[in-house]
Amino acid sequence: MKFLSKFYLAFIFVFLYAPILVMIIFSFNDSKSRSVWEGFSLKWYKDLMSDSAIIDALKTTLIVAIIASLCATVIGTLAAVGINAMKKKLKGFLMLATNIPMVNPEIVTGVSLMLLFVSIFGVFSAIGINLEFGMLTLILAHISFNIPYVILSVLPKLRQMNKHSYEAALDLGCNPLKAFFKVVMPEIMPGVMTGMLMAFTLSLDDFVISYCTSGTSAQTLSVVIYSMTRKSVNPKINALSALMFITVFLLMLIVNIRQMRDSDAKVGAKR
Amino acid sequence: MTSKKVMALPYVFWMILFTIVPLGMVLYFAFTTEGGGFTLANFAEAAKYMPSLMQSIWLGMLATIICLLIGYPVAYIIAKASSRSQRTMILLIMMPMWMNFLLRTYAWMTLLEDTGIINDFLASIGLPRMHLINTEGAIVLGMVYNFLPFMIMPIYSVLTKMDKRLIEAAQDLGSNGVNVFRKIIMPLSLPGIISGITMVFVPAVSTFVVSKMLGGGEMLIGDIIESQFFGATYNPYLGAALSLILMVLVLICMTVMNQFSDDDEEALLI
Repeated sequence: MKFLSKFYLAFIFVFLYAPILVMIIFSFNDSKSRSVWEGFSLKWYKDLMSDSAIIDALKTTLIVAIIASLCATVIGTLAAVGINAMKKKLKGFLMLATNIPMVNPEIVTGVSLMLLFVSIFGVFSAIGINLEFGMLTLILAHISFNIPYVILSVLPKLRQMNKHSYEAALDLGCNPLKAFFKVVMPEIMPGVMTGMLMAFTLSLDDFVISYCTSGTSAQTLSVVIYSMTRKSVNPKINALSALMFITVFLLMLIVNIRQMRDSDAKVGAKR
Repeated sequence: MTSKKVMALPYVFWMILFTIVPLGMVLYFAFTTEGGGFTLANFAEAAKYMPSLMQSIWLGMLATIICLLIGYPVAYIIAKASSRSQRTMILLIMMPMWMNFLLRTYAWMTLLEDTGIINDFLASIGLPRMHLINTEGAIVLGMVYNFLPFMIMPIYSVLTKMDKRLIEAAQDLGSNGVNVFRKIIMPLSLPGIISGITMVFVPAVSTFVVSKMLGGGEMLIGDIIESQFFGATYNPYLGAALSLILMVLVLICMTVMNQFSDDDEEALLI
């Protein structure tokens, strides 16, 4: 039984990683072929680095992800604190609305935002201002789909928190703002950080909503990759995948080693 | 306490502008003609795409069931491992998800091609080549590959939180392995299963990337909506009607699913 479950897990990991591994190997292939190995070469990486469309898209993706996750974290954290203080009825209604972008099919969220922006552009062009899809629409769309994740990671922390410590801080002479930053914020910080990280990665990875709300002036990496895969065989994509995978792998490694050290330190302290 | 409630105001405005109003616009477009008058013609036209919708539901369901069958044992095995190896294995399950969705799908394109690695391998060991890409099987494979972690994670997290004493009690009272699984573990992990099913089915049924990249000309409902807004057949009114139908479908599916589990607010987060 033990052997069987190990074998099964190994099979699943092969299923998950084999395609990625094959891509990484063929990113070093000397020819355009995706199945025949014709010698080691770094030319696809050179091509990738000199592709200005990809470099621009990478910049756009990072700018959008950073701004959107920061804004979503601020708005979402404030919202979570507010929602937590509300009565049941209002809270229920707001949580329902918060869940909409998370359960709605992405393509529907995408086209609904597109319709909104198109109508807003229509209103502006009537008064002589021409707007179009670009960085701003991307950021607004990303903030919108990020906020719910921040709210949902902060709310549990607020619920776990001792309600009286905030009141105690007020009684001891803190003004509400100071009490919030000194008492509430440190308690919910882990939730805020989780939410921000989640928002950031969701932004980085998003394709469908970016596809619906980006114009020609600013495109995210996903959108550029999509148009690349629609065209002919392009080994640059392999090189890009390899680089992205290595980045993710290193990031995860660092985060995990740090977490392990933390938890080991905690165990040690308990002893 | 009122000062705290005020903090939610920016979000309330944001949500109304970027969630409620856009959905309202989908609703409005779905029921209007190009001139702006009320009509039901968009839905009559949408009826033409019923076979595509059915096909999407069918493939989405197939992918969900396969994910459940493959994913449940994975979650179960990981949940039983030591806490240190649990962490490593969960990381390994999650990691492919952090790589771009399109790149992962593209990787399968390379493998499944008629002159791709799988076919070359088959030929080299003397087996006939198979036509793999641009088939329904390839679409389902792409969905399973991309969404499998969404099934494993919620089930795993429910299984680790399970009270082990219940299992021991059942064993003490004479239950055998099969019965313990059927009567204790299975029902207790139901919330995880439900949340896994919704997390796989919703993106699978509405995808337009997987079908475009692996399915050749196959038009699923997501592709049809996409082509109404971005394709040559620009028709946002029909697109809105189709979006509305897809949304209602997902809503029905979620409501049915929620009948089985009580509170999934937190389960959604995992």
